[in-house]
Amino acid sequence: MRALHGIDLEVRRGEALGLVGESGCGKSVTWLAALGLLGGRARVGGEVLLEGRNLAGAPVAELEHVRGRRIAMIFQDPSSSLNPVHRIGRQLGEALRLHRGLDGAAVDAESQRLLDRVGIADARRRLGDYPHELSGGMNQRVMIAMALAGQPDLLIADEPTTALDATIQAQILELLAEIRQETHMAMVLISHDLGVVAENTDRVCVMYAGRIVEDAPIDTVFEAPAHPYTRGLLAALPELEGPRRVLMPIAGVVPEPANLPPGCSFAPRCDRRIEACEFAPPPATELAPQHRVACIRA
Amino acid sequence: MTALLEVSNLARTYDVRRGRWPFAKPATLHAVDGVSFALPAGRTLGLVGESGCGKTTTAKLVLGLVPLSAGEVRVGGETLPAANSPGWRALRRRMQMVYQDPLGALDRRLSVGRQVMEPLEIHGLGSAAERHEKALAMLDAVGLAQHHFDRFPHELSGGQRQRIVLARALILDPQLLVCDEPISALDVSIQAQVVNLLLALQQRLGLAYLFISHDLRMVRQVSHEVAVMYLGRIVEQGDPDRLFAAPAHPYTQALVSAIPTHTRSRKRRIVLPGEPPNPVDRPAGCAFHPRCPHAVERCRIETPALRTLADGRRAACHLAEQIA
Repeated sequence: MRALHGIDLEVRRGEALGLVGESGCGKSVTWLAALGLLGGRARVGGEVLLEGRNLAGAPVAELEHVRGRRIAMIFQDPSSSLNPVHRIGRQLGEALRLHRGLDGAAVDAESQRLLDRVGIADARRRLGDYPHELSGGMNQRVMIAMALAGQPDLLIADEPTTALDATIQAQILELLAEIRQETHMAMVLISHDLGVVAENTDRVCVMYAGRIVEDAPIDTVFEAPAHPYTRGLLAALPELEGPRRVLMPIAGVVPEPANLPPGCSFAPRCDRRIEACEFAPPPATELAPQHRVACIRA
Repeated sequence: MTALLEVSNLARTYDVRRGRWPFAKPATLHAVDGVSFALPAGRTLGLVGESGCGKTTTAKLVLGLVPLSAGEVRVGGETLPAANSPGWRALRRRMQMVYQDPLGALDRRLSVGRQVMEPLEIHGLGSAAERHEKALAMLDAVGLAQHHFDRFPHELSGGQRQRIVLARALILDPQLLVCDEPISALDVSIQAQVVNLLLALQQRLGLAYLFISHDLRMVRQVSHEVAVMYLGRIVEQGDPDRLFAAPAHPYTQALVSAIPTHTRSRKRRIVLPGEPPNPVDRPAGCAFHPRCPHAVERCRIETPALRTLADGRRAACHLAEQIA
């Protein structure tokens, strides 16, 4: 089964890139593949260049130098990413020893500083807590603190707020924005929520069935979306203000990865489909500077 | 005219222990604390709020799935009988529930058709042939094909499964559907399909919905009225367009401003400090005061009641007039 079909994307230094798409489109697999986290049974082709050095197929030692230190990742469900039987302080300290070579009192001091930085009150006492003693929002703050431990250049945030309530989501997103402003860390924000991406990134890649179908600056995507799938996603979303309108759902369902149509994967659900769409997957073409679309009808 | 569903001063408490130890002090958790509303036939009441605010407990109380600690539920003017009594069973035919996770709500070992027919069998309605025919008609009504009758839940997509759950809920011709996060587990493009289906069914069958969701945009899309809950109480209630455009309660204001959207006219985001308190340690006075940017001394002492403001909005806040 093929999960990804040639993903080309670029994250610039300090940039916030959004990656949107529905479940199973390959948003997360892209980054797990890039960081060599998919395990032995996955075959990954292509190149992953970090400042010109290829990570794909790189020795484990080299990847370990990158993971956590150059590129850190946080996930949707913080409580299952943390080890339930170790105290927060021990888990944070482990990251600091591993990535920064700190030990002894320096670990404690830096752990406290990091917890303080992610907005956890009474950091000293909290270091002795177990993950189950903290709320979901607090645990996500701990995950962010651990990600910051290695002072990474790039943070991959995979649905970081999906499991959280709206007011807590707002807190976490604001925290990430603050940290990025201080550290100039780049971020890839993976989300199914177009609103979250719109408010927190500069550029967005829309994925469908293992391919990037549209890549554009954030304003372009919302004001002049070119791919029918992007347009469909926007038309399917209700609004919070203004007159209520009938939602326009995208007909049909996402094709199974093992059973993709031979041409454009979106063609069976597309209202602008022509015969040519069914022969070969459309190549990505540049519609305008920084705006790439994989659609022959765009 | 009496409303289809009338709920007054609904309350549910649980006895819990404070802390982890067996000798810890007992305490009382107020999951739902004095909730009242009325839902006319054919209308939708949206219930919003964050996890733990009592939305789902309210839904279960309404259906009698959880016994009441206080208050009253009236359906069509009659008090809801005790759960599992014959009167309750008869009434439950008119009130059905739709859950968030369709796969969890379906039996994986039973074919789609068997599950859709099951409520008729439980209530002993119709002959086998009539049940079969009605199930096919229901599948058609929710946008599924006849060939889905012999399929199993795992062979279908999430959206199709939620349609089956709907078909099964609708086969008894209910008047009220309690929908607890019915679309949260679905992808964006599929959510719109299911919401449009719910709206079409309401038009055709005159169903009333108690629609529970944390997605304010979807709630606005489907509701005739919206109630916002915080720590077991309704803090604001009213017309969805108005409530979301000009919320009166500081909690609603923060909740609305926290929704990320690409169409927002750039307003300042209100980021609340802290997290909702544990319902066991419900703050005195207004439960929201520790997180409220406007709180004054009175809010710490006196619990505000839900009241109608001069401009017609309904909010439970001492300061609603000043902070609008």
